[in-house]
Amino acid sequence: MAPLDHGPAAGGADDTPREQRRNARIGMLLFIVYTACYTAFVLTAAFAPQRMATRPWADINLAIWSGFGLLVLALVLSLVYSWLCRARGVQ
Amino acid sequence: MIYSPSPLAVIVFGAFVAFTLGLSFYFARRTRSAAGYFAAGGQIHWFVNGVAFAGDYLSAASFLGICGMIASYGYDGFLYSIGYLAGWIVALFVIAEPLKRMGRYTFADALNSRFQSRAITLSAGISTLVVSVFYLIPQMVGAGALVTPLLGLPHWAGVSMVGAVVMLIVVTAGMVSTTYVQFLKGSLLVVFSAVLTLMILNRGLTTQPEAPGFRAPRVSKAISPVGLPYFKQLTAEELGLEGEEVLQNESPWSSPYLETRNLETGRVTVWRESPVMSRNADGVLAAEAGRVKFYETQTLTVLPDGKRLVNGLPQGHGEGETDFFPVGNIERLPGGETATGAIGPVDFFSTLEGSDILLWKQDPSKYPVSIDGELATTTVYYPQLTAGTDVLLPGKSPTFNGIRGDDLMPKLNFLSLMLALFGGTASLPHILIRYYTVKDQAAARKSTVVGIGSIGFFYLLTLFLGLGAMTGGVIDPTSANNNMAAPLLAKSFGPLLFAMISAIAFTTVLGTVSGLIVAAAGAVVHDLMTSVGRMQLTDHEKVRAGKLTAAAVGVLAIVLGILFEHMNVSFLVGWAFSIAASANLPSLVMLLFWKGTTRQGITAAILVGMTTSLAWVLLSGDTFTAVYGLPAENAPVPFNQPGIVTIPLGFAVLVVVSLLTRQTNSKAVV
Repeated sequence: MAPLDHGPAAGGADDTPREQRRNARIGMLLFIVYTACYTAFVLTAAFAPQRMATRPWADINLAIWSGFGLLVLALVLSLVYSWLCRARGVQ
Repeated sequence: MIYSPSPLAVIVFGAFVAFTLGLSFYFARRTRSAAGYFAAGGQIHWFVNGVAFAGDYLSAASFLGICGMIASYGYDGFLYSIGYLAGWIVALFVIAEPLKRMGRYTFADALNSRFQSRAITLSAGISTLVVSVFYLIPQMVGAGALVTPLLGLPHWAGVSMVGAVVMLIVVTAGMVSTTYVQFLKGSLLVVFSAVLTLMILNRGLTTQPEAPGFRAPRVSKAISPVGLPYFKQLTAEELGLEGEEVLQNESPWSSPYLETRNLETGRVTVWRESPVMSRNADGVLAAEAGRVKFYETQTLTVLPDGKRLVNGLPQGHGEGETDFFPVGNIERLPGGETATGAIGPVDFFSTLEGSDILLWKQDPSKYPVSIDGELATTTVYYPQLTAGTDVLLPGKSPTFNGIRGDDLMPKLNFLSLMLALFGGTASLPHILIRYYTVKDQAAARKSTVVGIGSIGFFYLLTLFLGLGAMTGGVIDPTSANNNMAAPLLAKSFGPLLFAMISAIAFTTVLGTVSGLIVAAAGAVVHDLMTSVGRMQLTDHEKVRAGKLTAAAVGVLAIVLGILFEHMNVSFLVGWAFSIAASANLPSLVMLLFWKGTTRQGITAAILVGMTTSLAWVLLSGDTFTAVYGLPAENAPVPFNQPGIVTIPLGFAVLVVVSLLTRQTNSKAVV
């Protein structure tokens, strides 16, 4: 089926199949970590909203700490992923 | 509120748009091929692409919608920030690299990498079109909301202007110019939002914001009413309303409203009874038994001929006319202070938790009022004292307030939205095609990390921006969605910052709409015309067809942007995410992780996910109220957000159909 004409947009240096499998494993692990935290946050907000009002630190409630925590965690995990994939690629 | 255009804002805005168009024309000369038009030739640097991700993603929904929702209801808007960013985790860890490996121009390419099926291409092409159009609606609504205070133009004019400029951008250069516009806008948006946040913290929190036109609503002395009907016995002196007289029998207003007339000017004011609220020993804001006071309200009366009266006078800025004054302020700071001075980010939140904030509401009733023998209807906007602790928790807005109750359905609605936001990002066509603009998987990965960094940083700021607007005396009391909260907050710091922020926000809309239109055009030309329709087009003809499609989608977007004027853009984006996640996510994920996936399974999952989520949205209570003007109770679906039903349904359909058709396919291969 010629018109479909699939293929990469540009001929970059793609990862080897081994690297692809390893990256996928790392990605899945980090995905599970984040998903667990996100799920805990959402379920707490939905089924125990009063718990979000508790103030664990600095007179600021858990809702704000956990919300900011999820945003920062996303950034940290993405950096970890990038670093792990690159570091092994160099080896 | 009627906005007057600021010359400086118009000049800065004009310069931004001119620069954007200049950039577009410059890249137009370098775009010759279909690969260049639809995927920028795969040669965009990963860092530029990463910031452009932020540009694509931080659309009107983020900057205008989230900040507006936080300004109106507090923390609930921040839930969108959290959900939107979480979606990027799915994109980075699960989708980005395989997608880059499998595709070329469109989302359908990736799904089709194993099967070469026209049915998949057709269904994925249609799904891309539907999601793009749903995502376009809030962008266009945001454009209209933005242009109104900036240029003093009506909503429809703003929408049409954005549509025209975007069509000009897209038909000139496609993905290259779109990428650089997004890079520019993404960088500026993050930088200027950070500047605005620093200015909010530097100004601190105060009970008397110095925003232009702001004043705190007048309030009566607290009284202890005895007997009923005590309204008929009240006097201005008793209420401490100097220079006013209480209108009794000649006033059409009754409890909880009271009307007074100024003895000097003759102007009338409507007041609303409210319980006296104070902090108890535990620091909880509670009503004092048997004590009430009256807050000044603002009223809008619409006469039979369409003329509008604000607080009894014709709306306008001329002699003998008046307009609404901007609202939103802290009534009490902790310790009885009137201003904190410069404040750190942690103290910002802890101080707000201990403060009492005046939030304005709209009385849902329309009150009949007789003016010169004609019957008019009046809408009342009134302040309501709210504890800071209340606005810093989820569940304050009408969208989410059910999570504070015991009913299961509102909680499912909330879970459904958060699931759609989580799965929707990695299913949005205009985000997916950006993976084809870089050269390899490592670049796709790195650009996603840059995207997450930029987007995450911006979302951290949204809570400061929204709460800054809520307490900064910049809120339009008549705006139900407060889409303009962030730019109006910038206005309180001076016209230059307002002009910059508005221009950036406008470029935000331009960029996102451009990206969406390129995605839609790519789906039509590449998927539907050449792959499914088997039209033999040269490269040049493909680009021309793409441009014609872009123009058609642009016109459609303008019409829808005008029709959906009164809805919060973040809410509308929630719908787009639900449809994207229901239609596209099951296929993408299962193709990557389940070898048993068949082409029939993918096609069925896309079509079922798309149609069920779309049908659910169209039959939801919110659509009944906001679009059809019918009672929400008549809606046949139990809650508004479809994701929690339709996303699993998409997965289930894919698995069942794949299992049923696997044997057939095996025989066919044999």
